[in-house]
Amino acid sequence: MSAKSEKVWDVVVVGGGNAALCAAIEAAEAGRSVIILEGAPKTYRGGNSRHTRNFRCMHRGPLSVLTDSYEEDEYFDDLIRVTKGNTDEELARLAIRTSEKCLPWMESHGVRFQPSLSGTLSLGRTNAFFLGGGKALVNAYYNTAADLGVEVVYEAQVTHVEIADGRFNAVEVEIAGGARQRIEGRAVVLASGGFQGDIDWLARAWGPAARNFLIRGTPYNRGVVLKDMLDQGADSVGDPTQCHAVAIDGRAPKFDGGIVTRLDCVPFSVVVNKNGERFYDEGEDVWPKRYAIWGRLVAAQPDQVAYSIIDSKSANLFMPSVFPAVEADTLEGLAEKMGLPAEKLRQTVDAFNAACREGTFHPTELDGLATEGVEPQKTNWARPISDPPFYGYSLRPGVTFTYLGLKVDETARVTMGGRKLENVWAAGEIMAGSILGEGYLAGFGMTIGTVFGRIAGQEAAKGAVRGENAHAA
Amino acid sequence: MPLDQTRTGLSTTEEARRQIEICNACRYCEGYCSVFPAITLQRSFSDGDITQLANLCHNCRGCYYACQYTDPHEFQINLPKALAEARSESWERFAWPGAFSGLFQRSGVALAAALVVCFGLLFWAGQALRPESGEGFYAFLTHSVMVAIFMPAFLLPLFAISLGLRAYWREVGGMPVRLTHLTRAFSEAARLKDLSGGAAGGCNFEKEDRYTNVRRWHHQAVMYGFLLCFASTASATMLHYAFDMPAPYGLFSLPKLLGIPGGLLLALGGLGMAVLKTRGEKDLGAPALWGGEMAFVLLLFFTGASGLALYAASGSALVGVLLPVHLGAVLAFFLTAPYTKMVHGFFRLAALIRNAQMQE
Ligand SMILES: Cc1cc2nc3c(=O)[nH]c(=O)nc-3n(C[C@H](O)[C@H](O)[C@H](O)COP(=O)(O)OP(=O)(O)OC[C@H]3O[C@@H](n4cnc5c(N)ncnc54)[C@H](O)[C@@H]3O)c2cc1C
Ligand code: SF4
Ligand code: SF4
Repeated sequence: MSAKSEKVWDVVVVGGGNAALCAAIEAAEAGRSVIILEGAPKTYRGGNSRHTRNFRCMHRGPLSVLTDSYEEDEYFDDLIRVTKGNTDEELARLAIRTSEKCLPWMESHGVRFQPSLSGTLSLGRTNAFFLGGGKALVNAYYNTAADLGVEVVYEAQVTHVEIADGRFNAVEVEIAGGARQRIEGRAVVLASGGFQGDIDWLARAWGPAARNFLIRGTPYNRGVVLKDMLDQGADSVGDPTQCHAVAIDGRAPKFDGGIVTRLDCVPFSVVVNKNGERFYDEGEDVWPKRYAIWGRLVAAQPDQVAYSIIDSKSANLFMPSVFPAVEADTLEGLAEKMGLPAEKLRQTVDAFNAACREGTFHPTELDGLATEGVEPQKTNWARPISDPPFYGYSLRPGVTFTYLGLKVDETARVTMGGRKLENVWAAGEIMAGSILGEGYLAGFGMTIGTVFGRIAGQEAAKGAVRGENAHAA
Repeated sequence: MPLDQTRTGLSTTEEARRQIEICNACRYCEGYCSVFPAITLQRSFSDGDITQLANLCHNCRGCYYACQYTDPHEFQINLPKALAEARSESWERFAWPGAFSGLFQRSGVALAAALVVCFGLLFWAGQALRPESGEGFYAFLTHSVMVAIFMPAFLLPLFAISLGLRAYWREVGGMPVRLTHLTRAFSEAARLKDLSGGAAGGCNFEKEDRYTNVRRWHHQAVMYGFLLCFASTASATMLHYAFDMPAPYGLFSLPKLLGIPGGLLLALGGLGMAVLKTRGEKDLGAPALWGGEMAFVLLLFFTGASGLALYAASGSALVGVLLPVHLGAVLAFFLTAPYTKMVHGFFRLAALIRNAQMQE
């Protein structure tokens, strides 16, 4: 490893996910020497990007696998709706507009998209799906980077970014648990993701409840670099007390459960807390629009857990789940298996069933089949839970990402005390809060990472040359 | 005989089911091959469903390198391996007579021994039954002796395989076959669609997560080489019986025009497959079968190469040695066919036909 630290690299890239790889490829194509410091071991390389599925892309007409058109204004409106206006419009429009050119760039750098053959994907117009998912994308980029001569070091945990007089000089890094070493560079791109892997930090921000949260993505995003930068006075964006949490299967692994732990049964169920009480309208809207809300709702319940209960009528109405449901022929039997108070559950379900009324049930649209005279009301898909066998799933909050990040300008340059740092750029989740201040838009994380990763790589490549000249002068 | 089990306590079928259920909740690999669209048709999987899915898989490994849940992740997904093991177990279950099940599939040594026995047999026949006169090959072995040996060696294995196919069809719940099913299945087989990786344009067999078409090309060479050789023999039989034109045939005869390219393709493809096998990660297939599969592709190579050598030697004294060697290879190939990797061709076709029915 010593050779790596003897050399002064043109561009040092911190992190090894989508944003980092896009930056590294751009910088290498500009002829710079590039080193990627990926904190994870090779098998887990790629951070949260390895769990992704798609990329939201603007297009003025059919583009690759994307049908029809999806233009800037519609895309921006979608963003405004989820963020409730909490976005930097200039940066957001830049990301949206540039996304159109990114898709062909991705294809020409090895990413393969899934032809829209499957009926299950309702996002075929707005989102391009990666063939094989995010890990296949990450693999393609690592191969491209290797072909371009980029040096990749795995298990390289960056602990400190040395900044003096507004200039970056080197990073401190621990490689494979070894002694701390310095790696010098003329420019740095910070693309090390959010801090959701650091449960203590989450607990400081959210309160002790966060210790019961599950983390949907990588355990390697612990915000070490983000914290180091903030401690040195870098400007921040986003709300430190916020994170994006959805309701997922309560049996999911603590980390890296990824996509399969989602549970889509809630709209067809009654959801109770550990005391057997309902607490929110399960049928408020279609699940993709509500799953984020349920993350918070479950987080507010005792022990941060809830239970979704359906009967045999609904067993096949949603995507198959990764863990089989708990099953019983009676509600009491189900309560016992799930550790719920049987009598209370019976009362809750009886009260709910009594409030259901006749009407037509439409699983795929808002059907207005609402309860009457029960609190809370269920406003759609309300059918009695009555036909055995009964099925239950436990729910817990699953964190997707955190919002607090570094503030950047339209060239992805990081600022400190309102002044641009000379040679420090940031891309991806570490700066996404600039654009996605709240809520979440499917496929936008990869858009931000790709757009700003590429910009950061190009700018860092230029910056590295300037740095070189400055040294020579 | 149970194979390696990924999760302790789970049978091969249960382990494949466990993984398939995870894939069904994920579906990221939907575009690689026919397995994933078939998975999404169902929520729960009977043993027969697992057998069907296992036989649809071509071990291209696209889904392994794309998977976010491979070891050391606690889900421990290795679908190519799980399906390879379920697949070979199904072939053992369907093998008839059961006593031979797994013998050649599992052991390259058994296959080599069969080859030697077949050489010996033909040398012996050649010595003992050498004709008084005859031209070309028939100077060494008369046509009637060849027919007496090869007719049963061809028909018996076909019979055994057809019994296996019947058992397969029952297990996977097959329905009456229609022309549309056949057209679709044969077109997919002809293109080796499931080795194409879909939009990936290649598979991950020998270069880890990089895509190449090398395995597809070699497999194609073997498949078409075999079919050409087969057509060559069939055409020779036709010429012999229907047109009274016995061997030897000249370069511009049908048997040679089919046989020479066929032999070349078979030899090159077989060798290529053998080389690829040494490069691919063993643990993404069924490791217990590696030796048997290797022996099988080498036998393919040897059959093609010895046939070409025999043709090159025509007229020389070498024919006396090369003829029994080549025919011995052919004999070994046919006799062991119901118990070697050769059956995958038949079961894959059956799986493709069944898949065409299910996708309707
Ligand atoms: C389950 C799941 C599904 C998702 N699905 C989608 C989707 O379909 N579409 C979409 O657009 N978005 C999706 N997202 C969000 C998306 O994953 C992120 O927005 C995106 O991956 C961010 O990319 P990134 O490169 O900034 O970070 P990451 O991909 O997380 O990469 C961060 C990298 O930094 C490394 N790192 C961290 N700390 C250090 C350190 N100190 N030193 C060195 N390296 C370090 C990590 O190992 C990692 O490689 C999903 C998220 C999750 C959790
Ligand atoms: S192999 Fe892995 S990534 Fe592919 S569908 Fe299955 S679980 Fe998902
Ligand atoms: S190994 Fe290839 S053919 Fe087999 S299931 Fe995976 S992607 Fe399909």
